[in-house]
This record gives sequence, C-alpha cells and structure tokens, in this order.
Amino acid sequence: MTVTTETRAAVLHDVDAASARRAGRTGRGSNGGDQRVPVAVGSTAVLLLGALYCLLPVAWVLIASTKDASELFSTFTFAPSTHLWDNIVALTEYRDGLYWRWMLNTALYAGVGAIISTYVSALSGYALAKYTFPGKGVVFKVLLMGVLVPGVILAIPQYLLLAQAGLTNTYWSVLLPQLISPYGIYLARIYAAAAVPTDIIESARTEGARELYIFHRIALPMMGPGLVTIFLFQFVAVWNNFMLPYIMLGNDELFPITVGLSGLLNQGASLPAMYTLVITGALLSVVPLIALFLVLQRYWRVDLAAGAVKA
Amino acid sequence: MTATVEAAPRGGARRTSPKPAKRGPGAARRHLTPWMMLAPGIILFALFMAAPILYTFVLSFQSEVVQGLGLGSGARTREFVGFDNYLASLSDPEFLASVGRVLLYGLILVPTMLGLALLFALLLDARRTGAKGFSRVSIFLPYAVPAVISSLLWGFLYLPAVSPFYWIFERLGWDVPSMLSPGLVVFAIANIGLWGGVGFNMIVMYTSLKAVPSEIYEAARIDGASEVQIAWRIKVPIIMPALVMTALFSMIATLQVFAEPTTLRPLTNSLSTSWSPLMLVYRDAFTRDDIYSAAATSVIIALATFAISFIFLRVVQRRAFGQED
Repeated sequence: MTVTTETRAAVLHDVDAASARRAGRTGRGSNGGDQRVPVAVGSTAVLLLGALYCLLPVAWVLIASTKDASELFSTFTFAPSTHLWDNIVALTEYRDGLYWRWMLNTALYAGVGAIISTYVSALSGYALAKYTFPGKGVVFKVLLMGVLVPGVILAIPQYLLLAQAGLTNTYWSVLLPQLISPYGIYLARIYAAAAVPTDIIESARTEGARELYIFHRIALPMMGPGLVTIFLFQFVAVWNNFMLPYIMLGNDELFPITVGLSGLLNQGASLPAMYTLVITGALLSVVPLIALFLVLQRYWRVDLAAGAVKA
Repeated sequence: MTATVEAAPRGGARRTSPKPAKRGPGAARRHLTPWMMLAPGIILFALFMAAPILYTFVLSFQSEVVQGLGLGSGARTREFVGFDNYLASLSDPEFLASVGRVLLYGLILVPTMLGLALLFALLLDARRTGAKGFSRVSIFLPYAVPAVISSLLWGFLYLPAVSPFYWIFERLGWDVPSMLSPGLVVFAIANIGLWGGVGFNMIVMYTSLKAVPSEIYEAARIDGASEVQIAWRIKVPIIMPALVMTALFSMIATLQVFAEPTTLRPLTNSLSTSWSPLMLVYRDAFTRDDIYSAAATSVIIALATFAISFIFLRVVQRRAFGQED
C-alpha cells in the first residue's frame, strides 16, 4: 500500500506535537523506567512474532542475493551460498553500470529534490506563520487543499503539461513536480509558529536587519529540527513515488532505482537469470536506505524532545 | 517611539524598543516580503498542482473526434462532450470491477493493519513486555522500503519455486495454491500493504500512547484494573483521535494502490492491466491513448478521495489549528 508519505507526515506531526505538549507538562519519563516488573512471556512473544514477520523478507533478500541463478531455484531458500560478490559484479557489469546510475539518479531526485522542497516549504511556512497580510487566510486554505489532493491523480496531467513544454523524459520532469509539498508548508508553518519567537524577529528588525536576513540567519536555524523532519518525509515520499517517474521517463538512463528494478523484473519473466540481478539490486538499494533510516530514527527522537522544550 | 509598535506585523511584543526605527519604507517592504517568500511555493503550486487539476477537468469534458479516414493532422479534433466520459467510466464494467477489487483489498488490509498496529502499540506501551527496542525498530523498518522493492521481495516469497513457505508446505504434504493465483492475489497484495504500513501506524499510535500521563494508569491499578482492562478501557479511548486519523489515511491510500500490483504483474497472470482504478487510468492514458477517459476516471477517484478526506480535514483543523493565532 502506498500511503502517501506526506499524509503520514501530517498525522505523525499532529500526534508528535500533542505528545510533546503533554510530555512537557507531565514529565512522564520513558516507559517502565519507574519500576522493574517481571517480563510477560505471552506479550513479548507476540511482539517478537511481529518483528520476525517484518524482518523475514529482509533476511530472505540477504540470503537470496548470495546465490547464483541455478541455486536460486534449486537450493533451500534460507541456505546461504557464496556468490554475493559475483552477483554484485554481474549487476555492476549489467549495461555498463546502469544500476549505479539508477542509484545516483535516486539520490538526485530524492536528495536534491527534498532539500529544495524543504527550503521552499520553510520560506512559505515562515511567511504564513510570522506575517499578517491580506490574503493570508486564502493562500493557506488553498495550499491546505493541496494536502488532500492525491499526488497520483496529478501524474497524468503533469505528464501532458510537461510534454507540451518538451520536458518529459528529462531529469526535470521528475524533479520539478515534487518540489512543491503542501504538507511541508503545513508542517513548516507549525514549526515556525512554535520555534521562532516574535520578540526576536522584532528586535532584529529594530536593529535594522533585513527581512530575508532575519529568515536565513535567525529563523531558519531555529526551525532546524522541524526542517530535518520535513526533509526526511519529503525524501521518503520522492523515493517511494513510483508512478511519476514511471510515467515521465522513457530513457532508462534517467530511471530511479524503483522504476529500474521493476523493469528488470519484467525482463526476468522471459529471462530467469535476470532474477539474480533483481534480487541483488533490491538488496543493495535497501541497505543504504535502512542504514539511513536508523540514523533518521535518532533525528525523530531529537525532534520530539526539542518540540517538548519549545511547546 | 510608539511608532515602532504600530509597524510591527503582530502586536505580540509590546515593548518600546531603545532605537527608533524608520517606519515608512520598512512597513511597505514588510507587506511585500511575505509575498516574496511565498512566491516560489505559490508558483510551484500553480504549475504542478493547480494547473494539472484544471487541465484534468477540461480534458474530462472533451473527446477526440475522428473525421473521414482519420488520416492527416486536421482529421482529429477535440470536442466538448459534456458528461459523456463520466457516464462511460461509471458504467464501464472494468472500472467497476477494479473499484470492487480495491474495496475488497481495503476491507482486508485496513482492519488487519490497524488492528495489528494497535496490538503492537499497546504491547510496546505495556509494562511487562520485553524486547521492546528491538521489536519497535524491526516492525518500523519496512516503512523505509519503497513499495516497489517490498513488492519485489514478497513477489519472490510468493513464488513456490523460491518461497520458504512452499518448501515447508511441500514437506508437510500440503497442497497450497499459489498466493499469486486469481483467487488469492488480492490477499498477496494486501499482505504487502500490511508489511509496509503496520509499523508506521504502530509508531503513530505508540507516540500517542506515550503522551498519556502514567498517573491515570496508576489510579486504575490501585482500583484493581488488570493490564488488559487498562488497555481497553483507558488507553484505546484516549488515543481514539489517532486511530480515526490512521484509519482515514489508510482508506484513502487503498484507493490509490498502483505500485504493488504493477510490480507483481510480471510474476503472475492473475493481475490484469486494469486491476486497480489507477492502473486502469494509466492504461487508458498511455496504452490506449485515451487521455479523456483517463481524465474523467481520475476526477472520479479524486472526488471519492475528497469525500473521505473531507471528514479528515475537519478533524485535523479542529485539533491542529485550534490553538494557533
């Protein structure tokens, strides 16, 4: 299921903000830290079963990527083999390193795209939170409606419009439509309102600081932890968006990893040797993502704690 | 000196500043500044959200009419056809079948996913559960895996030749039909959604649970309530807003399922090119070159999504923007 990540961000933020507020008030520490109680076997087992279910496909891909094409279908699934390096070499050699090009493309779409998107969101969110001007309410309501527009519905008209501009099948066609994130603006507005005190803006103004200077030098650093969250959610959203690049791109040198692997799997239907490449490719794409994700988890916690202090 | 206070966009900070600020040009500039800051966002929004939406509406009321033999550049013209495309979509058995499949998919996925997410969240929040850190990270992990990759992984786990499950079934002498057979493929796709979504929803619920002050539970324990009673009678009602929202988002997302069935297609014959409504839209627009029908179907899906989202907007607005000035 492709729960749009932005929508998820909205819930998560909402819940986070509420919890941060309450945590700040009651000062309830981490769970179960207050007193030691014996561990219940039943509930722990259920939880571990859930963990096992979630780890199973990851474990499978780890082992399957060590097998060569014949072993994949002949040996027991969870019996590891020794061909991981051969598979990586084969994947690297496939059409002169096309796979690594997909990796770089993905980093460009998700990484650069999310950075620009976060900056645009921060600008808009700050303007909406910290200025009073005619039309503000209308602008915010229209943007908020954008939060509810399912991104996938936009993909086809976006294609048609970009085709008229001659931009389909270019990096721009995947990068540009994902720079706007109404969810990011929505979150940035909340962060700006909570993290940037109006007094500080006022005194900077009295000192003669320009508005954009105040934004870049004072507000932006204060919004930092919130902006990391916006960046992460946008990053995952772009990384996860399959339909847009699938529609926009014909040239496989521009593919992100998801569209590329899906295409390889398609070829595998007639050429089973491809399956080994697909499996190794899936592993190599998941590893950095999971590593990144474990780091992100820490950021989320930081963000939660920071929010508790501010709220 | 008081002029500086007037020039402030908000009257929040009412303190006289030591230095007098120039009022005139500063105030005018400050009126333009928010628009300058909003400009990139508004332009991108107009180009990549508003314009495509309007364009879809325009297309959905049009159709291509072929004149003569349909040869030459002038032989095809666009014509306004009113609600014809909508009527055609709504009476198209393929579209209705895809909606039916997606409803079944949602009916399987949403209750299972949210039920398990709630169970795991409650277990994580319970005092006597062990291995919490490991389980939380493990269950959340699939959220980092894009739908295409998770469909690939599960797709292989469904193939009898590669799957460990079928290896076990074979040893046990059971004859289990392939998960990718026509009757079971909807469960196969729902399982991929479950795998990818349960952890995220669990975290949302767990975060919401952690916000509850523990004194409430202490009071209940003193009154003799069991942990299960505390979970059902106190915790679940308290996090109801989080449950409502995760449910709404999950329902919206089921309407848009596209990546999973598209990725699984090479592995099975049970998935048609019109398995889900969005796959049908894609096929109409790009395989059949009928962007007009695709546009009408898109609008119908969007309106259905809006109908669901409308409820969500009311909940969110009341909760998130009630306290902001």
